[in-house]
Amino acid sequence: MDAVFKALADASRRELLDRLRAENGQTLNELCARLAKSGAAMTRQAVSKHLGILEDANLVATVRRGREKLHYLNPVPIHEIAERWIGKFEQHRLQALSDMKKALEQE
Amino acid sequence: MSKPVFVYVTYIASTTDKVFKALTSSEATAKFWFGNAVTCDWKVGSPIAFHREGKLILEGKVLEYDPPRRLSHSFRPMHDAAFSAEQPSRVVYELEQQRGQVKLTVTHDAFEEGSKVFGSISNGWPLVLSSLKSFLETGTTPIWAPWYDKPKEAAAS
Repeated sequence: MDAVFKALADASRRELLDRLRAENGQTLNELCARLAKSGAAMTRQAVSKHLGILEDANLVATVRRGREKLHYLNPVPIHEIAERWIGKFEQHRLQALSDMKKALEQE
Repeated sequence: MSKPVFVYVTYIASTTDKVFKALTSSEATAKFWFGNAVTCDWKVGSPIAFHREGKLILEGKVLEYDPPRRLSHSFRPMHDAAFSAEQPSRVVYELEQQRGQVKLTVTHDAFEEGSKVFGSISNGWPLVLSSLKSFLETGTTPIWAPWYDKPKEAAAS
């Protein structure tokens, strides 16, 4: 769990997770190209290093497809953290969400 | 090979035999998968079904059965008409022993274009996998699954 918090305690790494959330299964090249296009200042070496830290924390899962390595956002450790502390409030939270959904859909 | 849509990984302090057994046992899945008991004869090509309180929730066919390393089946949720109308997707479990823990990788792909199942899955898997981890490591599991359980009070109102 320390590894998860350490990995999340960095804006660049959170940015990479956001990028994977927007489009899952990107290669290092694709991530770098999209970061460069949107003007984010991250070198290829930095992206590679951050992805390694995220993978060690199990926040990024990788799959090999031929020569390519695809990166996926893995939300399971975040869910485990949520379950540890907010699990007992889950029912109320979901109740509130369900009520909100109902109210909004009836508008 | 098509690109997987979702890849989920969890590390469980257990053995591949125990994790594989949990994934393929009616009693175990009923506990960690929010009451969904699996039934199957575990032969490639055979039907696989998950029932919850007598209701068919999920069905498919066994695509690969290689204990305790790999299991794959087609995936057709039946608890919602919008889901069951879609082409079945595919789920693959891969188990790898790493010293005292098992690396369990779940990949899910072959969704049809604009799939409604797709959105439901992305909420469901992290819940099921952390429940499986709790079940094997501590013997405890969460009680219900928000994606097909309606809160009781809301249902009554």
